[in-house]
Amino acid sequence: MASAPVVSTASLLLPLRVEGVVKRFGELTAVNGITLELKSGECTGLLGPNGAGKSTLIRSIVGRVIPDAGTVTVFGDRTDSAGARMALGWVPQELALYLKLTCRENLESFGQYHGLRRAALKTAVDWCLDWAALTDRAHEPVKNLSGGMKRRLNMAAGLIHRPKVMLMDEPTVGVDPQARNRIFEMIEKLRGEGISMIYTTHYMEEAERLCDRIAIIDHGRIIALGTKDELVQNAFASRSEVLARFAKADDSVAAWVKERGGDLENGIARFTIDHATEIAGLLEAAAKAGHELADISLRKPNLESVFLHLTGRELRD
Amino acid sequence: MILPIVRTALIALRRDRGALALSFILPIAFFTIFAVIFGGRRDTTPKVSVLVVDEDHSAASQRLIQGLEREGSLSVKKRPASKQGAEQSDYTAATAEAAVKDGTAPVALIIPHGFGENPISFGPPNQNRPTIQLLKDRSDMIAPQVIAGLLQKVAMTAMPDIMAEQGSKYMDKYAGGFTPEQKKKIDAGLEELRRRQKAESGGHEAAPADSNRGMPIPVTTRDVVGENKNNPMVSFYAAAIGVMFLLFTASSAGGSLLDEAESGTLDRVLSSRVTMGTLMAGKLCFCSLLAFCQLVVMFIWAWLVFKLDFIPHLPGFVIMGLCTAFAVGAFGMLLASVCRTRAQLGPLSTLVILIMSSVGGSMFPRFLMPAAMQKAGLLTINAWAIDGFTKVFWRDEPVSHLWPQVLVLLGVGFVLFAIARRLARRWEYS
Repeated sequence: MASAPVVSTASLLLPLRVEGVVKRFGELTAVNGITLELKSGECTGLLGPNGAGKSTLIRSIVGRVIPDAGTVTVFGDRTDSAGARMALGWVPQELALYLKLTCRENLESFGQYHGLRRAALKTAVDWCLDWAALTDRAHEPVKNLSGGMKRRLNMAAGLIHRPKVMLMDEPTVGVDPQARNRIFEMIEKLRGEGISMIYTTHYMEEAERLCDRIAIIDHGRIIALGTKDELVQNAFASRSEVLARFAKADDSVAAWVKERGGDLENGIARFTIDHATEIAGLLEAAAKAGHELADISLRKPNLESVFLHLTGRELRD
Repeated sequence: MILPIVRTALIALRRDRGALALSFILPIAFFTIFAVIFGGRRDTTPKVSVLVVDEDHSAASQRLIQGLEREGSLSVKKRPASKQGAEQSDYTAATAEAAVKDGTAPVALIIPHGFGENPISFGPPNQNRPTIQLLKDRSDMIAPQVIAGLLQKVAMTAMPDIMAEQGSKYMDKYAGGFTPEQKKKIDAGLEELRRRQKAESGGHEAAPADSNRGMPIPVTTRDVVGENKNNPMVSFYAAAIGVMFLLFTASSAGGSLLDEAESGTLDRVLSSRVTMGTLMAGKLCFCSLLAFCQLVVMFIWAWLVFKLDFIPHLPGFVIMGLCTAFAVGAFGMLLASVCRTRAQLGPLSTLVILIMSSVGGSMFPRFLMPAAMQKAGLLTINAWAIDGFTKVFWRDEPVSHLWPQVLVLLGVGFVLFAIARRLARRWEYS
């Protein structure tokens, strides 16, 4: 007697599962067959330049974009189900707030839209204000807040119903470094509470600091996925990068760099070497070719190096 | 340096369709509406409706009615329009008064028994002599004046022999009497006048321009609508201006949908448990509530400052106010759904609302407009709302008489909202 097919319960209960999602806008394929799984308590970063398809993928997950193909499930439920909506929290890239309402009124409104009432609503609002360090500005209209405060409130509004899965779409856009650090602390606090998270950014340092795994996205595809170390290891193995800035970066320098197997971007040449001793040979060859070096440094490859290595472009092109 | 500034401004204007519409289409639309209303085209000049009741049935009363019927500027009705092919009986004094009260016509003339015995008079007022009664609606200040003037004119053009006869009697009485020879000549002249009158059989030619001098036909004027009102136009303008501003308010409130779409708040709301249908219904409720509150404030102001009879008409006001607010709220939602951006909404709503308001009677009463335009006005929310409020506050009609206005406004509201909901699907998903 044939046994019934066994469905993995663990797989069904994944906080988020994206399978073969495709989204086209006319001729443009914004998301091109992305498959991704988010494990419980994990933070996965979507790292890619502007226009790579990160926001479209997030909007597909949250149900604001209907994919042309593929499926998205949240704890096994379709994203348009009531359960999925309650489990998902979304922080859009835009400041999606009512500017004339106060911080508290904004949170109350979004809480009510998620079905929170009375005591539950008040508790959630108080928690969010505290989390965003906005308790003392609770009665301030949003339009009067600083950019950083608005960003924090924007994040808090996505968290008002205490979702188990958070989708953060570039939450630090337009924020100064100090305010950005505060946002990082808020996110780390959430991570400490075991909330699973998708975090999109085109800042590699954010991805490195906050994310367990990083998916590098370009032209609507995930071109690499893993921890930071895995990505670097896969791209560079144990090699290092030499960054050399020339006093004059003309065509002859570009030709020389290419001949030596490097890339020249914005006047800075990158070479990959297996051992630090190779630097001496590089310096000697440059001097022989008559190219004066203004600066040279050795570093371990980072995510930006990985992106450049994989796409031939810089992350912020 | 001036030329580049002008060039830049011209390019910006050319690409701003809303500003272009406000600059060129709105003035033309307004000019056309006003030109049509105020006599730009002769064939559309409005006729004054008048109901005539002949209680005398004399030759003089018949001739007077025939004379009135020949007047191009009058639409004389002796009986109500036939119903399902069945002829209606002639108006009586009571039915004519009721017809003026319910707005069928602004004026009714009652020609009393005994009018034909002494139709024209030059002497001092005689209390015992039957006089024509002119029943009027006070809200129409033009029609009664037109009728009163034309009545005197018709007396001279339709009954010149009677006029002359009465004149000679007056002279005979107060000038010490005519000699037999003078009397003979006057009688011969009158005979000649009657003969000519008969030959012309109705005499269609226009009367001399100065024939309206004096008041040979005595007329008693009586207000049958608004006789106890302090200010005949207050209730009209409270409704008319109110509805126009309600439309502006509703379109602005509906525009919050566009603000939210542009800021991304709409996406956030729709990612919660709120559906597009719920959101639209909520916005409609808000727009309608706002519109109703605006009407309440406006009518309370009219009550306090202009002594509008507000409290006794409260039930009618609430019914009409809610229906109007609902229709106007749905209209605001439709405008917001049609537009892509808030910048588009401003010019479009201004254009549409001003045209609706001018055609629908918010700027000047529809009874001043040509018949075709009065009918066109019925395509607007303004006209139905104003008609309803007029029934309540001016004609003191019971709330049960408001059903046509209520049905139309609710129907319009539901249809507009359904269209708006359909158009709003573009915001639901990408």
